[in-house]
Amino acid sequence: MGYIWLIPALPLAAFLITILFGKWFIKDSAHWLPILAMAGAFGLSVAALIQSWGAEEPYVLNLWQWFTSGDFQIPLALQLDQLSAVMCTTVTGVGLLIFIYSKGYMHGDPGYYRFFAYMSLFAFSMLMLVLAENYLLLYFGWEAVGLCSYYLIGFYYHKPSAAAAGKKAFLTNRVGDFGFGLGVMLIWTLVGTLSYSGVFDAVGAGEVSDSALVAIALLLFVGAMGKSAQFPLHVWLPDAMEGPTPVSALIHAATMVTAGVYMVARSSVIFASARPALIVVGIIGTFTAIYAASIGIAQNDIKRVLAYSTVSQLGYMFMALGVGAWVAAVFHLVTHAFFKALLFLGSGSVIHAMSGEQDMRRMGALRGKIKTTYWTFLMGALALSGIFPFAGFWSKDEILGMQFKGGGYIIWIVGLIAAFITAFYTFRAVFMTFWGNDRTDPEVGKHIHESPKSMIIPLGILAVLSVIAGLVIGLPPEGGLLHRFLEPVFQHANEILGVEHHGFGALDVVLMIVSVLVALSGIALAYLFYIRRPDELPQKAGKKAGWLYKGIANKWYMDEIYNVAIITPLVEGSRVIYKWFDVAVIDGLVNLAGRIWGGFGKMARPFQTGRVENYALIMFLAVVVIVAVVVL
Amino acid sequence: MQIPIEWYLILSSALFIIGAAGVLLRRNLFIILLSVELMMNAVNINLVGFSRFHETLIGQNFVLFTMAVAAAEAAVGLAIVTALYRNKRTLMIDLFNTMKG
Repeated sequence: MGYIWLIPALPLAAFLITILFGKWFIKDSAHWLPILAMAGAFGLSVAALIQSWGAEEPYVLNLWQWFTSGDFQIPLALQLDQLSAVMCTTVTGVGLLIFIYSKGYMHGDPGYYRFFAYMSLFAFSMLMLVLAENYLLLYFGWEAVGLCSYYLIGFYYHKPSAAAAGKKAFLTNRVGDFGFGLGVMLIWTLVGTLSYSGVFDAVGAGEVSDSALVAIALLLFVGAMGKSAQFPLHVWLPDAMEGPTPVSALIHAATMVTAGVYMVARSSVIFASARPALIVVGIIGTFTAIYAASIGIAQNDIKRVLAYSTVSQLGYMFMALGVGAWVAAVFHLVTHAFFKALLFLGSGSVIHAMSGEQDMRRMGALRGKIKTTYWTFLMGALALSGIFPFAGFWSKDEILGMQFKGGGYIIWIVGLIAAFITAFYTFRAVFMTFWGNDRTDPEVGKHIHESPKSMIIPLGILAVLSVIAGLVIGLPPEGGLLHRFLEPVFQHANEILGVEHHGFGALDVVLMIVSVLVALSGIALAYLFYIRRPDELPQKAGKKAGWLYKGIANKWYMDEIYNVAIITPLVEGSRVIYKWFDVAVIDGLVNLAGRIWGGFGKMARPFQTGRVENYALIMFLAVVVIVAVVVL
Repeated sequence: MQIPIEWYLILSSALFIIGAAGVLLRRNLFIILLSVELMMNAVNINLVGFSRFHETLIGQNFVLFTMAVAAAEAAVGLAIVTALYRNKRTLMIDLFNTMKG
């Protein structure tokens, strides 16, 4: 399996060539190289996936020594086990489809080559992240995907809102990354190595105290909160929708935001040994799931609905991780990657058809005009809502079922409510966009057209995946293909946690029926609200709900709270420090130093008359004196 | 008959002092340059005189080098003088005082 270095290397090569030659030489054919590189990486990932089947030990490929500083030695090494193989295949597969889609979506954009270059760089970084063999290399990938995210959110940099959103994403992630960095340093201090196997062996052997493990796990989780947009560090993700839609699909839905889930699953041994931290993970995940879902109800921008839904679904994944349901989390990660990428690409196709319009209040009745987009979007919406037998159903139901069977009834109920809200807002989006009255601007309405083939084909493939992925890899629940495949990775963590394996029984069927009923009632309510009585019911409900609606509509005032609690004190505090300390003390000291030497200079000035004969005279006299002294 | 060494020394000292006075007292850059040449030749006479006195050729040898260097120096010096003249249209060194502190 020595070829795995090629998986990240191909997109890197595509990036280098595109960024260097794109502007002058490649220009409008910039998509070929990245698409080919992604296709190659995808093929290799599939090969790696097949080859890693049943392997007991991860395959480690040592490329070279990255750096050495005393006993701090970091090799540039890649590790392939079942988990990274699954991640690689998901990233490259979804990535390939989105690259192809982008060919149509970004067509004619002045930054065409730049877009594909950054997307390739992102693919490289993400693949390094999942293939890393140690925490430092993981950290490299972690930071690099953040950088690419920043580039791509601010892709339309001439738009102030896009530039601001990029900055917000970068700064919010900085907070999380700082925690992650501290966690990595703590691991190094306590264990003395950063390679996965070394760390996990040390943790398994009980070399690290429990409290230290909790600290490490919590610090790592802070990083995951930033990257995977968990409350309270979720604020950047909705704003990240300023980027082009393929970026939202690839980075802010399917892959990068799941890096936190991957990292926690990868560190399963650490988290399993730090029970309190695991509980925190579960609570934050559960809260985020329902919190973000509630905001999704009142968003009118089609992409923002999906953004909040992404935050909410990531919450589900952490909810699963919180009870040690590692595989369920990865399962949901994979299915979510398929159907959320599909939904985002579908919304991109809608926006494309609507000449850039994103507000659902100015859409409606589009299902007859852009049929393929409608049908594929519907598949994604059904999967997201968790309707049998779509992909999202299997993964979400497995997470909820494991909560119930593990005794977490409160979490189960909260999860169900969130599922209900999810179904409601998802179909609110479907109904407002594709059904009901035509509210489009007549000028825009004239130009509505189905998207080109390069956009439709990825939609179709993703739609098929959204329908069948759950059936193929997740059946039967808690024992499906993915479970058997990933077993060696999580064996150790499961032993520590003592997770019991529940068989598939009557209880599961009951739970499934309950969750499908909940999802269906959510859809029914959305139908009632937005198809049956769209003119009065939403307003009436909004008024009835009072503060609740106000909170939802204002995103629970999270941005305002950040403004008051963090940003304003920081800015004002900096201003005070600038005025009183920087200007008065620091600048004063520097100026004082300058003035002292200026004074000396003034004293020496008269000697320098600028008249050569004076200098010559002094020189002569000096020579005479020296000769007199030496000779006499 | 041999000329005594003192005569050489007196002549060269006289030339050197005339040159030094020229450098220090004259205002014309061109004259200053000439005075520097004068001082150099005073040294040359000294060298030649001692060469005779010690009856070796080393001093005379050295003078040849000095003359070659002096020729080069004169070329460079005159070029500078020309350049300065083009800038200021004068050679009075009182006016070249931009180095004044």
